[in-house]
Amino acid sequence: MNMLIMGLLTGMLFGFLLQKARVVRYDKQIGALRFQDMTIVKFMFSAIIVGMVGIHFLDLFGLVQLLYKPVVLGENITGGLLFGLGWGLLGYCPGTQGGALGEGRWDALWGILGMIVGAGLYAESYPFLMNNILNWGNFGYLTIPQLIGVNRWIVIIVFVAGVLALFRWFEKKGL
Amino acid sequence: MELKNTDSGSWSPYIAGGLSGLVIIVSVLWTGQFFGASTSFVRSAGMLGKTFEPERVKQLEYFIRYLPQFDWQLMFVIGIFVGSLIAAVWSGSFKWQGVPDMWAERFGTSPVKRGIVAFIGGIIAMFGARLADGCPSGHGLSGMIQLAVSGLIAMVFFFVGGIIMTRIIYSGGKK
Repeated sequence: MNMLIMGLLTGMLFGFLLQKARVVRYDKQIGALRFQDMTIVKFMFSAIIVGMVGIHFLDLFGLVQLLYKPVVLGENITGGLLFGLGWGLLGYCPGTQGGALGEGRWDALWGILGMIVGAGLYAESYPFLMNNILNWGNFGYLTIPQLIGVNRWIVIIVFVAGVLALFRWFEKKGL
Repeated sequence: MELKNTDSGSWSPYIAGGLSGLVIIVSVLWTGQFFGASTSFVRSAGMLGKTFEPERVKQLEYFIRYLPQFDWQLMFVIGIFVGSLIAAVWSGSFKWQGVPDMWAERFGTSPVKRGIVAFIGGIIAMFGARLADGCPSGHGLSGMIQLAVSGLIAMVFFFVGGIIMTRIIYSGGKK
């Protein structure tokens, strides 16, 4: 029960911030895909670099448990592409479209219904997919530092520096 | 092209994104929960399916893996709606709108046309997200924060798919 309340509260904080930064809107999401407005990219990468430094710092002291997904090329690539194609049509993400509805953009309702149908269809086709593309190219649990064989803090420093350079470039271009 | 945040009450995406990163850190520290959203649509589909065809839902392996019930993440997704509603009403940016501006400029103001495309987009996006085993929250934010290779691959292909689709549907339009 406590977990349910924590989930609701965490979601409310995140939803508040998403709406404040205007990232839940169709125009912002599609604006990024059309290279016109990088608001969502700025938001996402800001959250990523803060979270990245914080989580790995806490992990040094064993205070958090990392929980990421295995690399399965067949899933990550085909699923990723398919998601992107649908995202380009819908202009909302699974997490953020509730926020779009929250600020009155009710076309998000169609997206939510479509996503529930899509999840049902996936559950129906899961046994078939399981025997075909799922599991193709399974490399298991792998992090970027493990893949290139360096200390994770080197990757984090390079990543953060790269993101800050990207932000500078966005601001120079007025994106 | 000037598309900067000039509407009143909006926060810089860097600030709001960075604060979201802090929310993620606290969430992981307190409850062990990384952000994610797409599994909630599987649970919702299962719950809806149970009311129509309880036998079918019981048989499907995917609904055994993801039981049709409320959990942290589903409450998190509902919380995003609530948090966004609060922020939107509070700052006066709540707007009842069924056709996004950018969409209307290119495809007209018919909410039916927008609704059909959004619904289809939702189906494709969720099928892809389940296939990829995550969405921009689970793979994008949580995966990237943990430096997971799966998160990086999925994120790249989310954008590739999205860019391809918007290229297709917005081609010939004004940039």
